[in-house]
Amino acid sequence: MQHLHQHDIVIIGSGLAGLRAAVECADQTNVAVVSKVFPTRSHSGAAQGGITAPLGNEEEDHWEWYFFDTVKGSDYLGDQDAIEILVKDAPRAIYELEHMGVPFSRTPEGKIAQRNFGGHTRDYGKGPVKRACYAADHTGRVVLDTLYDQCLRHQVNFYSECYVLSLVFQKERYAGVVIYDLGTGELHLLQSKAILLATGGCGKVYKTTSNSNATTGEIFDLVYQQGIPLEDMEFVQFHPTGLYPLGILVSEAARGEGGVLRNREGERFMERYAPTVKDLAARDIVSRAILTEIREGRGIEGRDYVHLDLTHLGKEKISQRLWEIASFVRIYLGIDPALEPIPVQTTCHYLMGGIPTDTEGRVLADEGNSIVPGLYAAGECACVSVHGANRLGCNSLLDLLVFGRRSGMAMKNEVAQLEPPSLGTVGLEVVEEGTTQLLKRKGQERIPDLRKKMQEVMMEYGSVFRDEEGLKAGLEAIQVLKQRYQDAEVINKGRLFNYELMEAFELGHQLELCEAVLISALHRKESRGAHYREDFPKRDDDRFLKHSLIFRTTRGPEVRYKPVKITRFKPEARIY
Amino acid sequence: MLVRLKVFRFDPEKDKEPYYQVYEVEADPMERLLDCLNRIRWEQDSTLSFRWSCGHGVCGSDGMRINGICGLPCQKLVKDFKEEVLIEPLPVFNVIKDLIVDLDPFWERYYSIKPYLISESPPPDRERRQSPEEQHLFEDAIRCILCACCTAACPVNQNEETKDYVGPAALVRAFRYLFDSRDEGTEERIPLLDGKDGAWGCQTLWKCTEVCPKEIPVTKQIGQIKKRLFDAKQKR
Repeated sequence: MQHLHQHDIVIIGSGLAGLRAAVECADQTNVAVVSKVFPTRSHSGAAQGGITAPLGNEEEDHWEWYFFDTVKGSDYLGDQDAIEILVKDAPRAIYELEHMGVPFSRTPEGKIAQRNFGGHTRDYGKGPVKRACYAADHTGRVVLDTLYDQCLRHQVNFYSECYVLSLVFQKERYAGVVIYDLGTGELHLLQSKAILLATGGCGKVYKTTSNSNATTGEIFDLVYQQGIPLEDMEFVQFHPTGLYPLGILVSEAARGEGGVLRNREGERFMERYAPTVKDLAARDIVSRAILTEIREGRGIEGRDYVHLDLTHLGKEKISQRLWEIASFVRIYLGIDPALEPIPVQTTCHYLMGGIPTDTEGRVLADEGNSIVPGLYAAGECACVSVHGANRLGCNSLLDLLVFGRRSGMAMKNEVAQLEPPSLGTVGLEVVEEGTTQLLKRKGQERIPDLRKKMQEVMMEYGSVFRDEEGLKAGLEAIQVLKQRYQDAEVINKGRLFNYELMEAFELGHQLELCEAVLISALHRKESRGAHYREDFPKRDDDRFLKHSLIFRTTRGPEVRYKPVKITRFKPEARIY
Repeated sequence: MLVRLKVFRFDPEKDKEPYYQVYEVEADPMERLLDCLNRIRWEQDSTLSFRWSCGHGVCGSDGMRINGICGLPCQKLVKDFKEEVLIEPLPVFNVIKDLIVDLDPFWERYYSIKPYLISESPPPDRERRQSPEEQHLFEDAIRCILCACCTAACPVNQNEETKDYVGPAALVRAFRYLFDSRDEGTEERIPLLDGKDGAWGCQTLWKCTEVCPKEIPVTKQIGQIKKRLFDAKQKR
């Protein structure tokens, strides 16, 4: 039958994690990648600043220093066994990219150039170290292009502009996905021996975000619906420097190259918050500092932004190393960053939590770490957990490459011993019925109105500063939206490129996801990394040095916990 | 301010012929044309289809023709337009629906020039060395986001008689590898580029350079490819 397809491995998502996994398996297995967008449009391409690895190309560096920085950056919630794998594998991952053709910027000796980034230090916190390997300020873009080209070369199959509607479980394992082809409106069932989820984050549930339109996060709920928990969902990173007012990312590379933050008095205020590394402190700390300045009336002209000052860097450095950023500032604000400071605000950027996995990408079903057969996850949607409560800049791309590859290797080994599944069309028919019902539904509510409200609610109650009262108010508002969603009608009944229908699917999942974030946040009565509770402003290692797992049960959402793996660095005060 | 957009519409499932529909939306002068299109879709007419994702000129999804010029509506601000703004799909490619075109031929041509590093020499344990000067040679070309604006704007690609020209976007990617000191694929690529539908198809009309949203000197790079092809012939 035309709408039934068979592959050894199906990968959902065509960012760096998905493509790196695909490259890994393509030589021995039949791999298909499903993406909501054309692969080169994936959000990994918007990464600017770099990829960290302790190469020591610019100055002395060691994996142990990097290990410590990542653990400290995570506010001690990262699993140290996984972090050790990440930091030790970093040089290999970078050289591999270079060998594939990634056009890194270079040092005068022709080595890969490296720059400073927030939270990356020499000798366990004594000062900043140049650890981020970069290609000007479009690192993600060139790595994405290179990996996509490698996939073409290795005959990876692509289902572009296709949207996943359900995961199919049969005979004790996940064995397929139903996808909706946006271009034709048709449904397809992809049968496979293993499925990798590599769909990125969920920034689009917030009003102000650096994330792209495709970064909606429905996969979290697709997994959660199945009874699989979500880990550490309360940890949502707000990047300190989004271009005001759009929220477009202004990479930390700007500060890595010497840029500084200033308040309305022209003061370099980070000196007060992080005396040693100043503007190069971890992101959670810089974001809170900016918002504190604004709250205390020191935003520019008393408004809700501060200045990122690059004027002392000079035109040449800006045009060579920060070309993209300079162009965004020029296009959207009409400002030349060599002459005037850039208005910036915090912007939702990254989800540290996600689908729990082991270090081979296998999805974990509970606090006892039982494996979910057939299902893998890697990249931002996964929680290994290498980022804990706060991710350091440039650790994301590395995570995608290292754990994308490891998932690829694990899947390749596993599927070699498996027979292809034979699913029949039941899964397809169930989804078809659901889609038809959604299109038939009459109602007073409209998807864009509800989504806008959801984004405002999350911004108001679920962003940088949180407290019990606000989180409860946010939860109530989400409950109301869930009710209203039941009365939402999809007006566009067309088959070709019906984005309204796709957004209706997305919103249903996003509302569940928002609930998971807010409930996880409500239960964590302490402040750690990106999760800051004004009613519990201190870190509480006695009660909360543990990962939260939220489950969907018949009694409603339930939060349970599992221990953090601590191998080398015991928790200590986190001062930059 | 009130913005009027005259938008190309076509749904092959119900329309015999394409037509134009006029929409009016309120927008802040500093907002993007993309914001206006989204407002139409979200508040007035959810049947309007167009691609977009990052919204800031990085992903390359939203190439279209704005007042006759190929570009990205996510990079155009409302304040820079007066009266009615004409929004049409990219030329050269077949329209699937509204502003969405079939880019398969674009990707086929892109792939035809072997868009990957070709290197038979075993790599060293660490990185291959490349000087900053060598890297600067192709630095502009790696800004390409494959939005297809250049190829759509090229009069050679638009001309029915010369439509098989590989097009500027594929040539920019070819340039990126030809001028990368690490690449050893020149011999393989020359036959792919050395023909009337290859680099010689370029008539130096500069449209690609004019529209490139990433300010890549496309025409100049195609000229450098021609010189490389010419030099290779001289050697033989």
